[in-house]
Amino acid sequence: MKSALTRTKAAAFAVTALAGIPLALSGCGSSTAPGSGGPVTEISVVDYYNNEPDKSVIGDTLTACGTQSGVTIKRETVPGKSLIAKVLQQASSKTLPDVLMLDNPDLQQIAGTGALAPLSDFNISTEGYPEGILSAGTYKDQVYGLAPTVNTIALFYNKDVLAQAGITPPTTWEELKTAAAALTAGDQYGLAFNANATYEGTWQFLPFMWSNGGDEKNIATPESAEALQLWTDLVKSGSVSSSALNWTQADVNDQFIAGKAAMMVNGPWQIPVLDKQAALQYGVVNIPVKDAGQTPVGPLGGEVWTVPQTGNKEKQAKAAQVVACMNSDENQLAMAKARNTIPSKTKVAAQFAAENPKLASFADLVETARARTGQLGEEWPDQATKIYTAIQRALTDQASPADALKQAQEG
Amino acid sequence: MTTTVQELARNPVQPVTDAPMKRHQGYRRRERIYQWLFLVPAVAYLALFFGYPVVKNVLMSFQDYSTSTFYTGEAPWVGFANYATVISSSLFSTAMINTALFTAGSIAGQFILGLGLAVFFKRRFPLNGILRSLLLLPWLLPLIVSSAVWRWILDKDGGALNNFLESLGIISTGIPWLTSTSLALAAVMAVNIWIGIPFNVTVLYGGLQDIPDELYEAASLDGATGWKAFRHVTWPMLRPVVSVVLVLGVVYTLKVLDIILGLTNGGPANSTQTIATQSYALSFQNFKFGEGAAMGNILVLISLVFAVLYLRANRRAVDE
Repeated sequence: MKSALTRTKAAAFAVTALAGIPLALSGCGSSTAPGSGGPVTEISVVDYYNNEPDKSVIGDTLTACGTQSGVTIKRETVPGKSLIAKVLQQASSKTLPDVLMLDNPDLQQIAGTGALAPLSDFNISTEGYPEGILSAGTYKDQVYGLAPTVNTIALFYNKDVLAQAGITPPTTWEELKTAAAALTAGDQYGLAFNANATYEGTWQFLPFMWSNGGDEKNIATPESAEALQLWTDLVKSGSVSSSALNWTQADVNDQFIAGKAAMMVNGPWQIPVLDKQAALQYGVVNIPVKDAGQTPVGPLGGEVWTVPQTGNKEKQAKAAQVVACMNSDENQLAMAKARNTIPSKTKVAAQFAAENPKLASFADLVETARARTGQLGEEWPDQATKIYTAIQRALTDQASPADALKQAQEG
Repeated sequence: MTTTVQELARNPVQPVTDAPMKRHQGYRRRERIYQWLFLVPAVAYLALFFGYPVVKNVLMSFQDYSTSTFYTGEAPWVGFANYATVISSSLFSTAMINTALFTAGSIAGQFILGLGLAVFFKRRFPLNGILRSLLLLPWLLPLIVSSAVWRWILDKDGGALNNFLESLGIISTGIPWLTSTSLALAAVMAVNIWIGIPFNVTVLYGGLQDIPDELYEAASLDGATGWKAFRHVTWPMLRPVVSVVLVLGVVYTLKVLDIILGLTNGGPANSTQTIATQSYALSFQNFKFGEGAAMGNILVLISLVFAVLYLRANRRAVDE
């Protein structure tokens, strides 16, 4: 009898131990069960600004906006690359934050899952934004996210080097080719851009393709082929190092700073790094277009703020107030100044350009900039892959630009 | 408790002489339960961390598993559609060939260099121990760090390797190690060989230590020294260790991802794209988790073939 009792005890222990595992595991995920009742005092925020100065600028603005809405902010910053993985994991465990920041080309992907609430639910105004910026935050005719500040890419040039060579900043493709060839000497290449096998390579190519009338829906067009021909010519003639095939935008910036490239295609987020170089005098102009008179069209960069569907109406309402506050005119202007980005509202951007002449060309570009997901929505990642595949094949001489684009389009 | 009652019911009349036997049985049963209890943690661990992911990955490969699945939980069954898509993609054959070349080249390089170094370090000479531990360095560095450093070393314009070759006057312009479609795979392979040498040296060196010195003495009496001793003593005695090193090496190399992502990201023009990088890109860049899982399972299947070979080789080694 004694042995039987111990046996039962042991068996009971085993059962509890086994049953306890899933219980303990599920316990980890369900700490923030949606509930209502009681005033909302805290809302959670997830974003990827984990480097200074962005981290503090965004953090301070969030805190101020929280105070204005009567809530404290519980903020978590994750590395940019792991944000989407984190969001998907939170979506499946129903622990999405109250306010979520997303890189704009990812918005449609996440909105498509149904995890985000349309901003019209909370009467957030979408007035005063240019079409490109709104389309970046729109999924199926509903606006899900707003970007307080945005960016795009332009042509940076080394003033001293160009002046020495007696070259003015190029405005057309012909001028770009001549200037880049003339500026290539010794260790120095005329131009640096990023043509790597990632979406970043695609992003850098878009202004050339779009300004010439190319379209991401169908890349097998003469317009896109002409743009790719320009890149191919620049690399083949040696004006751009073939290392561009493996450079990131940060590498491109390093080349420019080291004096190994006289011009580069890059964005305003590099300005703080560039300004630290006392000896470097640089200017920024629009990315050259094929023929004088064409409008430069850049890709729109920047992060949008969204309100996920957490099931807690009170918290969502507070979250929406914070998103609206982040996008107020004053906050747009303040954050743009501190982060070298451009306010998204047209009126605020104009004021900003007048006060910050260095960023004026970016402010012009942003107004006409296009969102990468504007036409394709969730299909964008597929097409972006095709674009960088075509670029890499053309630049490595595997196919002519036209053929490379055609083969990539057909898959 | 219940079992005891049932047993009592089954044998209502217990002969007195059976009592010690009964006690013995109860003791054995209790012991068996304890044995199971000791197994529970291991079984639970295997089921949770190996069983569940494998089963989930197999299921996922038969589903249309997209970003929205994470929120809605809906993933329609699509049968073999994911497999059909990835296999019929134009990239599949490129990735297969690259995987085969990368694995074969890496293994051959790692093994030959590793074996050479292991034989070399078997001799006694000053600083042997220090040099051997320095050799482990590539193993100790995080892969992200080593790939970033190698990316800089192999850079066409300012890279250390090209600078070195230029200063020797061997080349006049930089070689595009990582940006030429014909060189990139070889360059990535070379870095992977560098990373794999410590593993090969360590295991092979251990195997060499186990070969009794008397064998070499006896062989030298018969006139077998140097290469002959290696051919007729070292190699046959090392065979079981060799098969383990090779098969494990293949499995480790097939799944290499971080080095390739860090060095070339699969470029230029997909010339370093392998099954592993392709599976990663499908799942985490294009958000096609079903297709990514299908690609991953193909890789698991290939690894499985080598894992079975390993188990068989191991069994034979034990039998011998």
